[in-house]
Amino acid sequence: MSESNNKYLQLSGLEPLIVTPETNFVNVGERTNVTGSRKFLRLIKEEKYEEALDIARNQVEGGAQIIDVNMDEGMLDGVYAMTKFLNLIAAEPDIARVPVMIDSSKWEIIEAGLKVIQGKGVVNSISLKEGKEAFVHHAKLIKRYGAAVIVMAFDEQGQADTYERRIEICKRSYDILVNEVGFPAQDIIFDPNIFPVATGMEEHKLNALDFFRATKWIRENLPYAHVSGGVSNVSFSFRGNDKVREAMHSAFLYHAIQNGMTMGIVNPEMLEIYDEIDKNLLEHVEDVLLNRREDATERLLDLAESYKGESKETTKEIQQWRQGSLQDRLTHALVKGIDEFIETDVEEARQLAAKPIEVIEINLMAGMNVVGDLFGSGKMFLPQVVKSARVMKKAVAYLLPYIEAQKDGKSSSAGKVLMATVKGDVHDIGKNIVSVVLGCNNFEIIDLGVMVPPEKIIETAIKENVDIIGLSGLITPSLDEMVYLAKEMEKRNIKIPLMIGGATTSRAHTAVKIAPEYGETVVHVNDASRAVTVASNLLQHETKTTYSQSIRAEYDQLREGYLSRSRDKNYLPIADARRNKLQLDWNEFTPVKPNFIGTKTVEVDLATLVDYIDWTPFFASWELYGKYPAILSDEVVGEQATNLFADAQKMLAQIVSEKWFTAKGILGIFPANQVNDDDIEVHPTTNDQQPTTFLTLRQQSQKTAGAPNIALADFMAPKDSGKQDYIGCFCVTTGFGVDEKAAEFEKELDDYNSILVKALGDRLAEAFAEYLHLKVRTEIWGYASDEELSNQELIAEEYNGIRPAPGYPACPDHLEKPTIWKLLNVEQEIGVKLTESMAMWPASSVSGYYFAHPKSKYFGLGKIKPDQVEDYAKRRGVSTEQASKWLSPNLAD
Amino acid sequence: MTLVEQEISKRILVLDGAMGTMLQRYNFTEEDYRGERFKDFPHPLKGNNDLLSITQPHAIREVHAKYFEAGADIVETNTFSATTIGMADYHLENLVYELNYESAKIAREVAAEFTSKNPSKPRFVAGSIGPTNRTASMSPDVNDPGYRAVTFDDLRIAYKQQVEALIDGGCDVLLVETIFDTLNAKAALFAIEEVKDEKKVNIPVMVSGTITDASGRTLSGQTVEAFLISVAHIPLLSIGFNCALGADLLKPYLQRLSRNTSLNISAHPNAGLPNAFGQYDQTPAEMQALIRDYMKDNLVNIIGGCCGTTPEHIKLIAEVASEFQPRTILKNAELNN
Repeated sequence: MSESNNKYLQLSGLEPLIVTPETNFVNVGERTNVTGSRKFLRLIKEEKYEEALDIARNQVEGGAQIIDVNMDEGMLDGVYAMTKFLNLIAAEPDIARVPVMIDSSKWEIIEAGLKVIQGKGVVNSISLKEGKEAFVHHAKLIKRYGAAVIVMAFDEQGQADTYERRIEICKRSYDILVNEVGFPAQDIIFDPNIFPVATGMEEHKLNALDFFRATKWIRENLPYAHVSGGVSNVSFSFRGNDKVREAMHSAFLYHAIQNGMTMGIVNPEMLEIYDEIDKNLLEHVEDVLLNRREDATERLLDLAESYKGESKETTKEIQQWRQGSLQDRLTHALVKGIDEFIETDVEEARQLAAKPIEVIEINLMAGMNVVGDLFGSGKMFLPQVVKSARVMKKAVAYLLPYIEAQKDGKSSSAGKVLMATVKGDVHDIGKNIVSVVLGCNNFEIIDLGVMVPPEKIIETAIKENVDIIGLSGLITPSLDEMVYLAKEMEKRNIKIPLMIGGATTSRAHTAVKIAPEYGETVVHVNDASRAVTVASNLLQHETKTTYSQSIRAEYDQLREGYLSRSRDKNYLPIADARRNKLQLDWNEFTPVKPNFIGTKTVEVDLATLVDYIDWTPFFASWELYGKYPAILSDEVVGEQATNLFADAQKMLAQIVSEKWFTAKGILGIFPANQVNDDDIEVHPTTNDQQPTTFLTLRQQSQKTAGAPNIALADFMAPKDSGKQDYIGCFCVTTGFGVDEKAAEFEKELDDYNSILVKALGDRLAEAFAEYLHLKVRTEIWGYASDEELSNQELIAEEYNGIRPAPGYPACPDHLEKPTIWKLLNVEQEIGVKLTESMAMWPASSVSGYYFAHPKSKYFGLGKIKPDQVEDYAKRRGVSTEQASKWLSPNLAD
Repeated sequence: MTLVEQEISKRILVLDGAMGTMLQRYNFTEEDYRGERFKDFPHPLKGNNDLLSITQPHAIREVHAKYFEAGADIVETNTFSATTIGMADYHLENLVYELNYESAKIAREVAAEFTSKNPSKPRFVAGSIGPTNRTASMSPDVNDPGYRAVTFDDLRIAYKQQVEALIDGGCDVLLVETIFDTLNAKAALFAIEEVKDEKKVNIPVMVSGTITDASGRTLSGQTVEAFLISVAHIPLLSIGFNCALGADLLKPYLQRLSRNTSLNISAHPNAGLPNAFGQYDQTPAEMQALIRDYMKDNLVNIIGGCCGTTPEHIKLIAEVASEFQPRTILKNAELNN
């Protein structure tokens, strides 16, 4: 057989992709990657594969020559998602025409991908990280499946970060692949690691240059092999400064391609044309990339400052937009959320208008419609919309006295919406956001606040003749409140549509539990951007009937599907589940005797807590999804996240320096043992307190062979083991002061800062819990006195022991809270109260237990059966009905 | 280098014609298909041509002999559907090893007879590996495009069993043919590599795809070039096309293949397109003329026939093949292997 000299990298989907020396650069689409695109992650999590396919299609249409598919996310079944998505792509010829890059750090996901693509794809990636044996094994299989491979410059010692290490690892990898595995050299693509430059660290100075040199070396010394990389890493230290980043990406790519880089993961929207980069900026960027001057980094940082404001308003720009027409100025102020000139402009409009009300109905609404359209189409994000609302509110407040003076002016709103957080629940950030967004869209909002009794909701709805009622709740007992309210409204023959939202609510619960109780439409709305569409559809004459019918039909179908699905699951009788409990070896393990036994209150300076904040949920509460800090440089929401983060930091500094909140906490550590399988007997240390019992609940669903049915009690030494064990519990709050501050902002018509202060209150409370847990582990209890973890590791919970909270998946039973309250005397000591639904007030509070056993872990209870509920009712000393009510979200149907 | 690899460098090798077309001439009844061994088998067996290797071995032997007499260098084993997936229709999954082993053995014996008669023209047996009746990259349910009736692993396991038996029975070459879904073929190739590794044997592999219509693509949507790239990751003796089209309609795709590969090229087209009664009526002389054009254009290294071809067709094809030199690889073949 003759050998051709043309050893080109050849890939295929339905059509071929051949990388020849004439191929300039192969552009790999990166948006179908759950680690890089929040939107894609959300679609995959919600099983919205149709929409996920659109992302893939857009990339191919946008010029991606390969699409990278990555399903590496902790909450996803990666094998399932990879298989399903690639199978669906195979059915779409306009996507399937390009090759697939199967991107995962898990071999089983890579292999699942290889088993479903008919073309020749690329595996991303393998390396010597786990040693030669695994590397060779995987390479052989990849060859046999028929794919090219990306090899990371990574070995047993770690990731290559110098020129020498890069070429050393690439050479070794190449020799093994070509000589031992027989892997075709042209099918090897090296990723020699693109790292950030201009970080200020001496050792990062050569990051770009070493990459270029390593690329050149690979192309000259490892025949036929290719080089790839993820370009956006290089500019990481300039996140938030797109102008500089774009220039860096282009310049980097220019030099990388000159040195032989053949493909790369690039975001085409974050790329300036090399020749169009400002010459001065280019010189500074290249000084850094090529390490041409000692002071290159400082000079670029200085220059970057001048571009930083690029997206913000310069004086010149202000002058520019102030030249526009009155309507343009009003619209600009609303879209940009600038309140500086709003009263002047509104006054001008009022003088021109026949009636003051027209300024709202015509001028301001025109601006808000632009905001609504931009938000609806994903071009504006929640924090911006809330800022727009702030401007709107100020404008309306300015006009109100004039409107009232005229008396005849009656505003024509899109509809009246009553909003309330239900009885027993104190959480309202989400509700407030929905109110603001609806308000922006000309809905009149009647906000009854938190802990609103059902009678008050119904009375107000009738009296005010509202068009829609919106109910919100965060804790699980609120679900029952919503069902109760629906039943009451049905009894009184009320015909007002219900919107349901809040962290604990779901489409399934709404369909299965609430909708059947109420004759009028019930619809689940969990994000602010959808609230407007839903409310409009519910109220507009033309759409109302069909929309209501379609929602009803959708929920009927969902309910049927849900009910028939849940029957498929098998459950063990509680006695069998207990026999299959988690068996820890108590002969081998002796619980650490705590340094401190008893209860103690803790006060801490807010400044101490700042470092313990987990920012990711903060962004999520503003509907910006992504992991911190990567979210700050996210292609879609990065800019908004950066602005929001800056506002948050500013307010946080004030919270700390002006002591807006007080942080108070209490904890207790007590001798305790597991008794009767599922209970924990606790011995308070003061003589006047009788032993008390924590009740835990046990998983009842049938497990795969060998897997236990866990209850929290399993993490405690049983009494008959003869070993003395200990348990802790705590409550912390940073909530005192939050509501007062929020009210101050609301009075100034500033919803943005009102929501911001509440969100920060919540984050500080969580940070307090994290901080106190660390103190408990390392000092107060001291079972992990040698622990040394970074904040990131803390947030990732990489420590021994857990602090589960009543009301959350491991122990959904809210009735455990009164036990903790009594044991620690929480209300008297630190002032945190429990509502009738067992929500903590103030809202920015956290409570839970401490388990110290190194094998203790978080788990979800899942569904339980009536036999356990009855048993639990007896142990708790309540009726079975009451027990069922409290545990209802966990009852198997 | 195996003997077949040596021979292919010297001359154009001739593959046999259709097995099914020849077996139709015997007009076997349900009883004939069953033979003595399966006379009480609870399910109908008529139409299971692969079973005839066990119940009517003399017929299979005769067909092979006729093709060798006509001038074929290679005959294909009667095993096109002999996997657990194909045999499931007849409830004969347990017979898969024996079917392949016996079929290979029969063909091997006939080949040995002919080789000993004329040692200067050694004859070969190619183990026929069909596509199965399921597709791994398409859904049979239009409403559920993500569904698959068969997985890569199902296919890999089924093919592995077939390949082991074909090798044990004495095949010289394996022929993965009539590929309408490349993912099925990749599973077959994966299985072949596993068996080669485990048995420590080196057996040449031929791959032959099927272009179903004038779109110029496989049923699963790949272009000629994409198909070629997708199966080229293991060493192949040849790549080519068979079935679905006659020699004239197949020609442009062979030309595209020829421009793009340094591998040997095989073709075994149908005897034209079927008429209204499903019969093929291209005459041996007509087909010979078309094949002569292949030879003039330096297109093939292995030539034979698929549906509707008979020993008469192969005789004329062998004649014309002997007049030409085998295809030489184009210097500028863009793809390589």
